[in-house]
Amino acid sequence: MANSFTRMMTGRNTAVMLAVGAGSLASGYLLTESAAAAERRRLYPPSADFPDLRKHNNCMAAALTPTIYARLRDKTTPNNWTLDQCIQTGVDNPGHPFIKTVGMVAGDEESYEVFAEIFDPVIKDRHNGYDPRTMKHPTDLDASKITSGMFDEHYVLSSRVRTGRSIRGLSLPPACSRSERREVERVVVMALSGLKGDLSGRYYGLGEMTDREQQQLIDEHFLFDKPVSPLLTAAGMARDWPDARGIWHNNERNFLIWINEEDHTRIISMEKGGNMKRVFERFCRGLKQVEHLIQERGWEFMWNERLGYILTCPSNLGTGLRAGVHIRLPFLAKDPRFKKILENLRLQKRGTGGVDTAATGDTFDISNLDRLGKSEVELVQLVIDGVNYLIECEKRLERGQDIKIPSPIPQFRK
Amino acid sequence: MEIAANGSRAASINLPSGSGQRRAAGRCGGWKLLGGTIGIFVSTPGSSSSPQVRQQGANMPFGNTHNQVKLKFTSDQEYPDLSKHNNHMAKVLTPAMYERLRSKQTPSGFTLDDVIQTGVDNPGHPFIMTVGCVAGDEETYEVFKELLDPVIQDRHGGYKPSDKHKTDLNAANLKGGDDLDPNYVLSSRVRTGRSVRGFCLPPHCSRGERRAVEKLSIEALASLSGDLKGKYYALKNMTDAEQQQLIDDHFLFDKPVSPLLLASGMARDWPDARGIWHNDNKTFLVWVNEEDHLRVISMQKGGNMKEVFNRFCTGLTKIETLFKDRGHAFMWNEHLGYVLTCPSNLGTGLRAGVHVKLPNMSKHAKFEEVLKRLRLQKRGTGGVDTAAVGGVFDISNADRLGFSEVELVQMVVDGVRLLVDMEKKLEKGQSIDDLMPAQK
Repeated sequence: MANSFTRMMTGRNTAVMLAVGAGSLASGYLLTESAAAAERRRLYPPSADFPDLRKHNNCMAAALTPTIYARLRDKTTPNNWTLDQCIQTGVDNPGHPFIKTVGMVAGDEESYEVFAEIFDPVIKDRHNGYDPRTMKHPTDLDASKITSGMFDEHYVLSSRVRTGRSIRGLSLPPACSRSERREVERVVVMALSGLKGDLSGRYYGLGEMTDREQQQLIDEHFLFDKPVSPLLTAAGMARDWPDARGIWHNNERNFLIWINEEDHTRIISMEKGGNMKRVFERFCRGLKQVEHLIQERGWEFMWNERLGYILTCPSNLGTGLRAGVHIRLPFLAKDPRFKKILENLRLQKRGTGGVDTAATGDTFDISNLDRLGKSEVELVQLVIDGVNYLIECEKRLERGQDIKIPSPIPQFRK
Repeated sequence: MEIAANGSRAASINLPSGSGQRRAAGRCGGWKLLGGTIGIFVSTPGSSSSPQVRQQGANMPFGNTHNQVKLKFTSDQEYPDLSKHNNHMAKVLTPAMYERLRSKQTPSGFTLDDVIQTGVDNPGHPFIMTVGCVAGDEETYEVFKELLDPVIQDRHGGYKPSDKHKTDLNAANLKGGDDLDPNYVLSSRVRTGRSVRGFCLPPHCSRGERRAVEKLSIEALASLSGDLKGKYYALKNMTDAEQQQLIDDHFLFDKPVSPLLLASGMARDWPDARGIWHNDNKTFLVWVNEEDHLRVISMQKGGNMKEVFNRFCTGLTKIETLFKDRGHAFMWNEHLGYVLTCPSNLGTGLRAGVHVKLPNMSKHAKFEEVLKRLRLQKRGTGGVDTAAVGGVFDISNADRLGFSEVELVQMVVDGVRLLVDMEKKLEKGQSIDDLMPAQK
């Protein structure tokens, strides 16, 4: 079809793609991508696409106005990730009347900048008033600063610290292509193979492990499965499962890394018993060594001083750290003040199966509530001090003595 | 270095396996909005894995439109691992084909990876062969014909790219069908789908488009009269009482739970712009924005398939006219017939079926063989993924493409009549060998 446009393109030695078959918006004549896109934008202004959030109860729905949506809808990150892709999980999952989920994810590091107008209020809402535009997040992985990190093992059954890390330059799980995901796997596995001593270990690709290996990993509670939570699947994180997913652990089985599950990597240090200081010390040492090993090859973690470590879900920004214990508290469990004590200590309780499980009996998973605005050392110390306080309460209740609700630990102004 | 429109990030990305590349620490600050630059999408025949692709913010709000980012990686690096897969897409998609098609997009930005995502995420079942790909718009079937033609051929009994499909919605051409024995045939039903030209399909449509399809459908259906007069119930607005009634009538569809559908993106924004329309008599039903733009269903108790099909054709033809009056045709072409989201529903998109009691026949050694020769398939009475209960089966046509609507319903009518005759013989302890049909 000879028109001036085609002649211009011929000059560049290109060929126009057939826009067609039985006709689309432009039935019968050729349209370029951009003309088709402009036509669509004309037919569908942002108001036509604004999601119906009236029945929604998540941080995204609370913050997203038609005005913000209109300003951001047609923007893309350098990876062509869009606002609609960030919020899809929050649109698809209205939430729960009692639990406020975040309702949006990042597709890449730049999402937090390009869509700052919506991410910033969501971050503020989720992280107790932390304002990314004015505040700085402290990173501190010096485990030597920890005090009293050894719990009474009559109460504490196990101790664990986890975080996540993203590899700068590669898209995050909601957005990544298969090659990017495979590249994450390659980079991390190569780095991990350089770990030595008590950290040396091996990798098990999810698609390649034998049945025996799989059973072993399940029995040890190491194996992660394809996400079933609609919060995760609606965000596109389970695409191409189990391609490029896997688990690495050291020979001593107390340092574990998940690859390409909800984040590029999840790093876990754990052991039975109450030696949280040792768990955190190994955590910091392992993390630093992994970082060093990827830097040797020209890679680095996503990090900036406003948001700390960048992860897929805004709830995990900052430290991405959850330090916790499995602890038996039979008396405290029945005390009506338990909830308030936890709240003031900035701790949360979960069932021992993890985030969506209920507690069975008197054993709880107790961990820090906060992730952003306090450093790793501060948060772990907070957990240590808090858990020690809980154990004190438990002992007092055992002896028939009374307990006190501690005064609340200071937070940012909302 | 390619892709100037993407600003500074592009400059530092070059990721050959095994070599280290420095990632500048300040890189993340240099994004650019893509709003200003004009880009032209190109596809040169026989292009290699790094074509001159310049893609503009051409995307529908949702979709894997960061195709150009993927093109920085080689085709081998992107090719999905299909070694454990058993679906039509996996049988057909070779690495070489992937390389040829991956730089292409439809005008609305639907890419090869979008087409195949559901097939990659759902390896399939050792006994059931799923399709493993979907269309995001009408043009998908053109742009990705290299993949979809062989999938169609495999799925639809050898239907060739040069074949033409006949459409025949003249119910008068159906012979008989009003005489299926209601002691055995409990209910009769015909369904099909229709897509509205000019809008993207459920895997790819934006909220704006989906709402526009709903609005058009409501207007068109509101004009139906006589025994087709009815009412629309939007999924997100219905009262509890309305919802319960629709469930009791077996009309209500729910948010898809099948991973085959979820992985293709069809359930996004649920229940926005989804709804059910039915006539006051409850014999004609339209689903809006479920797996296709429209699913049209005619049904009633008993064995009068002719009446069901009459109403089906009348209703469909009226609806098509009403849409045309408003400037919208249905997606149709003479090769593929009616164009729908799943390649398995091309052609007529028609499934005509009955719920029929065949307790003896179903236990007969030749049951499967008879069905195969009659070009029929069995399902449980709960639909496609269920088992039969109490000897009652859902029997319907196996084909969709390459036969007209009348031909398919004729096959069902004749085939079910024969099955009921066989059932009656077996009840009396007689043999059915002399009734065995030839392969249709």
